[in-house]
Amino acid sequence: MLKLNNISKKLGDFTIENISFSVEKGDYFVLLGESGVGKTVLLEIIIGLIKADGGTIHFEGNDITKEKIQNRRIGLVYQDQSLFPHFSVKENIAYPLKCRNLKKSEIEAEVHTFATQTGITHLLNRDTETLSLGEAQRTALARTLATHPDLLLLDEPLASLDIQAKAEMRSLLRKINADGQTVIHVTHDYEEAIALAKNIAVLENRTVVQTGTPNEIFQHPKSEFVANFAGIKNFYQGELIKKSNNIGFFKTAGVEFEVATSAENGHVNLILPGEAITISKEISESSARNHFRGEIKDIENVRLGVEVFVNIGVNMAVLITEESMIKMNLKIKDKVIINFKATAAKII
Amino acid sequence: MSKTMSRKNISYFNLLLIFAGGCILLFIVAPLLGMFLNCSGADFMSAANDSKVQSSILMTLLVSMAGTLFFAILAIPFAYLLARKEFPFKRFITGIIDLPIIIPHTAAGIALLGVLARGSFAGNIAEKCGFSLINSYGGIAIAMAFVSVPFLINGARDGFLAVPEKLEKTALTLGASPSRVFFTISLPLAWKSVLSGLIMMWARGLSEFGAVIVIAYYPMITPILIWDRFNTHGLKYSRPVAALFIFICLMIFIILRLLSGKKKDAKT
Repeated sequence: MLKLNNISKKLGDFTIENISFSVEKGDYFVLLGESGVGKTVLLEIIIGLIKADGGTIHFEGNDITKEKIQNRRIGLVYQDQSLFPHFSVKENIAYPLKCRNLKKSEIEAEVHTFATQTGITHLLNRDTETLSLGEAQRTALARTLATHPDLLLLDEPLASLDIQAKAEMRSLLRKINADGQTVIHVTHDYEEAIALAKNIAVLENRTVVQTGTPNEIFQHPKSEFVANFAGIKNFYQGELIKKSNNIGFFKTAGVEFEVATSAENGHVNLILPGEAITISKEISESSARNHFRGEIKDIENVRLGVEVFVNIGVNMAVLITEESMIKMNLKIKDKVIINFKATAAKII
Repeated sequence: MSKTMSRKNISYFNLLLIFAGGCILLFIVAPLLGMFLNCSGADFMSAANDSKVQSSILMTLLVSMAGTLFFAILAIPFAYLLARKEFPFKRFITGIIDLPIIIPHTAAGIALLGVLARGSFAGNIAEKCGFSLINSYGGIAIAMAFVSVPFLINGARDGFLAVPEKLEKTALTLGASPSRVFFTISLPLAWKSVLSGLIMMWARGLSEFGAVIVIAYYPMITPILIWDRFNTHGLKYSRPVAALFIFICLMIFIILRLLSGKKKDAKT
């Protein structure tokens, strides 16, 4: 349906390069990337507000790279909603309908349809300044849906909402997509991506580094950035040298782990769950094959306990319980030993 | 609370500020107040009943308004262009706009005379159309607009700058043409500043003397009528006309300000 081919743009110090991805009809496609990587610019290029320096955009089989905004049949909802402050909620939704020169009765009917779909019929006569963020977001969504877009672009639609409004909005977006609306949704929040996406493209270092289903992306992250998105703190890239069929050595930044794997020799990625690592003051007899001396660099309370960051040549996050933390009396700069089994590390 | 000057935090510096403000206010208000106080009710009423004065004031208000509205058709889109687009020599052009404010207005009148007089390009066109730009309403309106149009352009440009560009972009994505965006989003949201600019242009235009007297002594606009009466009959005879003219202008502007203050725009 939508195909971006090597889109590039330079705006002052900011650049995006060789962005390519395809979105199929009915997809819920999430563009995941940190703030400032150019997600909004990319949306503005797709809709035609900004001209790309290079590359092409095909939509429904046609090259729309130079097509006028008004002819693209693509809608965009900005993160800040951009509601027209001099119009009521109803007038905001009616705006695109008036642009199409519809009759008054048709406008009334359409406004009602989209207000019902987004659950804001009770707000129609309200001033936009009196709306909560969630209500404003729904109004902006209704207004864009009133353009009958073939493709709906959403710029961080949940970013400024509270938890309750966020959950309601997610449910509404899922419903709109289930009704057949194709959506591209940009966000920096991987939970949002998992909750909504059918497909994800990850933006990093000015370009798309990985595309796939949420499962593919988060089970097999191709970069530390994606791994971090998935909440995986211990992600390493290195070389695998097999010792036997199921055991090998993984070398990264001068550190060597023993790992149980059937993967082939070569350049691989390794993830190590923080909860599979233990901390001790001395090396003790156990089934763990990996023991490293290191220094505690940081300690952070997290939902499931305490995360201890130990430098063993590479940084490693170790998840322990609060009880263990108190019992061992761990402090920053303490010298400790970390241990993990060869089977705990996963080559991906 | 922190910005109000409670008794505790009045420092010498604050006293100095209040003193400076008081002097300036007195400087502005005292001559005007003096004029009204020195003008008896009878004199004031006789000026108000003088048909020559009445028609001059009415003509001055209307001609300045006509000039303002006519040039607004060009000035407002130009202000939008200045607010939204980047182009070569923009700073230079912005400087040119302020020229009429800084040059002596009689000199502006002389410059205009060269363009509008019989035999000049504009003069010839006007003559072919059957009217003259010298000693006529048209000439007066042009002279008034020449010295006052910067107020409208600058005011409107500031208004357009205060309209978030994202709202205009949003309107484009909703299917509006650029002209529709201008008339339904940019102009309404900048309206307060545009209206303020229009009022300023009108006010500045109707008080113009220097440029107008070169172009048209007759028909006599009120500032020229006041000067004419002062020259021929003295202060006593000209003061009631001046007081009446100021009074009417003040009333109109207060009403317009009150009306324009009620509308929402991007700056509120």
